[in-house]
Amino acid sequence: MSEQTLAASATMPPETWRAPTAEVSVVRLVLIGVAVLFIGVFLGFPLLVVFFEAFLNGVAKYFETFADSDTQHAILLTLLVAAIAVPANLIFGVAAAWAIAKYDFRGKALLITLIDLPFSVSPVIAGLIYVIMFGAQGYLGDWLKAHHIQIIFAIPGIVLATIFVTFPFVARELIPLMEEQGTQDEEAAISLGASGWQTFRRVTLPNVKWGLMYGVLLCNARAMGEFGAVAVVSGHIRGLTNTMPLHIEILYNDYQWVAAFAVASLLALLALVTLIVKTLLEWRFSDELANGPR
Amino acid sequence: MRRLVSGLILSTVLAVSAQAQTALLNVSYDPTRELYKDFNAEFIKHWKEKSGETISIKQSHGGSGGQARSVIDGLDADVVTLALESDIDAIAEKSGKIAKDWRKRLPNNSSPYTSTIVFLVKKGNPKNVKDWDDLVKPGIEVITPNPKTSGGARWNYLSAWAYAEHKFNGDKAKAKEFVGALFRNVPVLDTGARGSTTTFVQRGIGDVLLAWENEAFLALKEFGPEKFEIIVPSIATLAEPPVAVVDQNVDKKGTRKVAEAYLEYLYSPVGQKIAAKNFYRPFKPELADAADVKLLPKVTLVSIDDPIFGGWAKAQPEHFGDGGTFDQIYKK
Repeated sequence: MSEQTLAASATMPPETWRAPTAEVSVVRLVLIGVAVLFIGVFLGFPLLVVFFEAFLNGVAKYFETFADSDTQHAILLTLLVAAIAVPANLIFGVAAAWAIAKYDFRGKALLITLIDLPFSVSPVIAGLIYVIMFGAQGYLGDWLKAHHIQIIFAIPGIVLATIFVTFPFVARELIPLMEEQGTQDEEAAISLGASGWQTFRRVTLPNVKWGLMYGVLLCNARAMGEFGAVAVVSGHIRGLTNTMPLHIEILYNDYQWVAAFAVASLLALLALVTLIVKTLLEWRFSDELANGPR
Repeated sequence: MRRLVSGLILSTVLAVSAQAQTALLNVSYDPTRELYKDFNAEFIKHWKEKSGETISIKQSHGGSGGQARSVIDGLDADVVTLALESDIDAIAEKSGKIAKDWRKRLPNNSSPYTSTIVFLVKKGNPKNVKDWDDLVKPGIEVITPNPKTSGGARWNYLSAWAYAEHKFNGDKAKAKEFVGALFRNVPVLDTGARGSTTTFVQRGIGDVLLAWENEAFLALKEFGPEKFEIIVPSIATLAEPPVAVVDQNVDKKGTRKVAEAYLEYLYSPVGQKIAAKNFYRPFKPELADAADVKLLPKVTLVSIDDPIFGGWAKAQPEHFGDGGTFDQIYKK
């Protein structure tokens, strides 16, 4: 607060007294203005540019992009990878959260740390470890070759890398939620004669369904958008192992502006849909979501 | 809902794995995207006429060194068409997937086309860049990719080196000083040639782009001769991008015959014409269109086998190996 405003407030009549935490309206406006400007310049404007560039040469050119077989393949591959990686992490996430929240066991802290590992490891390293494991010169290279199994530079490698980077999303969302809910509901169900599976299906799952959906949503967005880890294991074969993010880079480097931004606009749309559903979930079911930091 | 999801997954799997016909995979370096796009279409037609078989050809592009690394790590290439002999040598040595005598299997040391290094500058040449001497002046920003990962960058590096050795009458210490001064003028090292072109042409960073001749002409074609112009230096290296069949992969997949025909077709009149159209210097210029060949300027070209370098087997470790001249000047 500047000296001027201090002096001004000293001479003010007592009825205009305000709480010490409340700012004068000018400061508040400036703060809001800065925040809005910052978000506009760094988030809103680039997003608009994506759509602007995509439609630069008209709607017909925009849709022409999606007639290209390599582009179609990249989109299908991205959907396929997400369709495998997301359910895999859904099952793992629920299992891990269940174990961590409802039981006490040795090494629990270690398990939680491990689940968080993909957040702190660079995606490039995530890709490289799979090359070192499964590449022709890697630890399992000879065995895989003898059995005619191709993992790196093929779809399995891309799926593995994607699962790695999206590992924590579902589990991280469920663990605090399940811990908060405790085990009373389950204990009640079991004491009334429900089996383990019945308890899970009828009691645990309904309790966490919105949190679960939230985690799946974030997991899916990341699975479809992942670039770094997938770039390392993909081999960049056009029409075979290029996912949408990789294909966008290729189109851009091929001097195909409009096509690059047209595919980018699909990913941007995905991000917008994710954002909207996420906001709806938070607004409608905020009490049933974990209060973790967003 | 469940049926819809499983139907969707199934159809995606089918669409993604519908690759029943013979498919060749050509693992190539960065600037050949347009060349092989044209050439593949012609070869598919040619092979259909010749054998009745319909094939498809898949492409992978990236920095030459990185692409070689991927093939060593198991990328299932039928043919490699890279920027440098030493990159194919690396595959032969480290993985044994290519026979060591690969260079002798096709004419002209297995290089169906050659190229060289030129300067690309902004229209009107505002910094008045004429030759290599101008690139070591303070205040000039030079764009080149990283010689550790990019084949084109190694040719850039060696071209500057060749010029310096000529200038200082073979004094290697002075040549190293000269190349060092040039690389101190480089603000960003991209990993591949196309990345550097994008940095210079689209992001507008730097005063001079050291580029493959074909890459410079392509940029001119894409962005218009009213924006950029090409400066031809007095000396540059003769770049011989080689091609080879990856023996172990084609034998495993049973694609040797078509893979060999594919590379031989590069030497045919059709292949040579397409090379010249994409601003490569055809091995047999008489087979290409005269108008395309005339575009490529006359330069004093120094081969890698010139005594200055003594061949790739010597130049590669001397300049680009761990602790080589590049490491020495870059660590300063």
